[in-house]
Amino acid sequence: MNPVQLLDIDGELRPHPDWPLDVTPGLCRDFYRRMRLARQFDQEAQTLQRQGELGLWVQSLGQEAAQVGSVTAMRSTDYVFPSYREHAAALCRGITPAELLIQWRGNRHSGWDPDRYRFHIYTLVLAAQLPHATGYAMGVQRDGADEVVLAYFGDGASSEGDANEAFNWAAAADVPLLFFCQNNQWAISTPVRTQMRAPLHQRARGFGLDAHVVDGNDVLAVHAVTSGVAQRLRAGMGPAFIEALTYRIAGHSTSDDPGRYRTDSELDSWRARDPIGRLKRLLDKQGWADKAFHTEVDEECRTLAATARSVCRDLPLSDFSAVFDTVMAEPTSLLAGQRRQYLEFVDSFED
Amino acid sequence: MPVLTLSNAINTGLRRVLEDHPKSIVMGQDVGSLGGVFRVTNGLQKDFGTDRVIDTPLAESSIVGTAIGLALRGYRPVCEIQFDGFVYPAFNQIVSQLAKIRARSDGRLCLPVVIRIPVGGGIGAVEHHSESNEAYFTHTAGLRVVCCSNPLDGHWMLRQAASGSDPVIFYEPKRRYWDKAEVSESAGTERVLPLHKARIVRAGSDLTLLTYGGMVQTCLQAAEAAVEDGRSIEVIDIRSLSPLDLETITASVEKTGRCVVVHEAPVFGGFGAEIGSAVTERVFYRLLAPVLRVGGFDTPYPPAKFEDQYLPDLDRVLDAVDRSFAW
Repeated sequence: MNPVQLLDIDGELRPHPDWPLDVTPGLCRDFYRRMRLARQFDQEAQTLQRQGELGLWVQSLGQEAAQVGSVTAMRSTDYVFPSYREHAAALCRGITPAELLIQWRGNRHSGWDPDRYRFHIYTLVLAAQLPHATGYAMGVQRDGADEVVLAYFGDGASSEGDANEAFNWAAAADVPLLFFCQNNQWAISTPVRTQMRAPLHQRARGFGLDAHVVDGNDVLAVHAVTSGVAQRLRAGMGPAFIEALTYRIAGHSTSDDPGRYRTDSELDSWRARDPIGRLKRLLDKQGWADKAFHTEVDEECRTLAATARSVCRDLPLSDFSAVFDTVMAEPTSLLAGQRRQYLEFVDSFED
Repeated sequence: MPVLTLSNAINTGLRRVLEDHPKSIVMGQDVGSLGGVFRVTNGLQKDFGTDRVIDTPLAESSIVGTAIGLALRGYRPVCEIQFDGFVYPAFNQIVSQLAKIRARSDGRLCLPVVIRIPVGGGIGAVEHHSESNEAYFTHTAGLRVVCCSNPLDGHWMLRQAASGSDPVIFYEPKRRYWDKAEVSESAGTERVLPLHKARIVRAGSDLTLLTYGGMVQTCLQAAEAAVEDGRSIEVIDIRSLSPLDLETITASVEKTGRCVVVHEAPVFGGFGAEIGSAVTERVFYRLLAPVLRVGGFDTPYPPAKFEDQYLPDLDRVLDAVDRSFAW
């Protein structure tokens, strides 16, 4: 099965009979702008980590098309379960730089209200969010709501038991859930070929999921396929699976050293397929973006970077005693007692 | 007032939960037409339908995982894990997800999920069907852990657990499923305690036996037998392991000066160590003997033919009582 592609690496449009998309200049400019902003933010966060302002950062560099193309194909009411690298998708949902950065600065475990953005908190234990998404979709099904659920995960997470349990359960229960795999080829240092024998989309079909594979660096193809699949889901045609073939251009995290396990030539071959460069070639060739547009996007990127820098240093840090307050919905004597003892201990040092 | 087995009392409790909370859901392996392997969910699917009483795939991690997702959507799942030894595949979902999502979301998300687990030995079962794993969960921040010992508590504690806003591990001593007692379903019954309150099941003045679940009956028998030796033993059913009602426990040991903790779980690193330590810290100068513990051995749960030797019984409890008095 060839991955669906609507835009080749030279920026030429390749319409696909099964996945129609009304490719307008406005749509392409919008995707370009969103991907540029996501990349700018990601690079700024990387820099902030190197400057000691963030404890850790996990870059989304190279995966902008997979995320922007898919999340914009959903309705704003559709609930999204991210993994932990979905910064581009999060920005598309309106999550702010401060809300995205606070977790990685180490001030809190998460930064945004999931209900407000219909975007769950990040899940760092691989694939654990996939049964959650399945259960959430069971709730949507019971409510008879006109919603579908989108769950992101990666090729590495697909080896987890939870992923395979969720594929099976979602299919058996026929819930309105779209599993979206960003196959970025590397699970830290472990390549896909070490993880599995059967391609992911093929495995998904075995579970009874409506499975598709798409060029994950082609934002138009990702958007067309995700839109089409979401439409089928809404029509009650059963849970689906999209494998987006992409590449993690950066290391797994700021603590990683990808030079130890992969070659420059591999990296170069994927840089040539870069999602932003490809779309820019289309815009240039078609004359869909004038100088004013590019100036405007550049300016927006500069503003976003400046915002990221300034909010990062001012991220609020609550008093430690607040950690006792969010464990339980209803207070317990144990936590109330420990909170009191901690405060008394701290007070004992004051003159 | 109807006389019910523990199994039936929990069943009627679940029925009330399904009636009282339109968003409540019962889910687990074989909980539907079979009514669960211990028949605790008997008849529920017939009366409440397959949307609310769900036969799940045989995937413990996802039973808890999908319950989390349902709770995020506003539902109130009560999950059944078929046997104590089957909960381990769900460990990550319980410990890192269910227990921590509230704190991880800075208090924004709330997961009213109950996980029912038949627990402990005494029924001659094959391996992995007789375990007491409560210490794993009492050691986990974000969980409430309770254990019923009789039909009245089984019914009411389940209803209370399923009406709260936090995750609850709800243990049911499987050897007591067939014990019978009167169970009133009307609220305001005098004998119904708040969920996290311990119960003094037998008053006494010379020694306190602290226990829960399947061992409560064993300890009551030991206390009766000790009367012959002129010893007045108080028995406390702890009921709630986390949070722990230290007020009731401390008051009792302060009065008696002697304390023995009894549970089926292995003693080393077990829940009894927490109680022993907490009691010692609070009433050190009132103690006439160290807090002693009686429990399972630090071996895997043995084959069924050996479980009488493995589990604390009347004689082992009385032996510890003797050692306490001999101190």
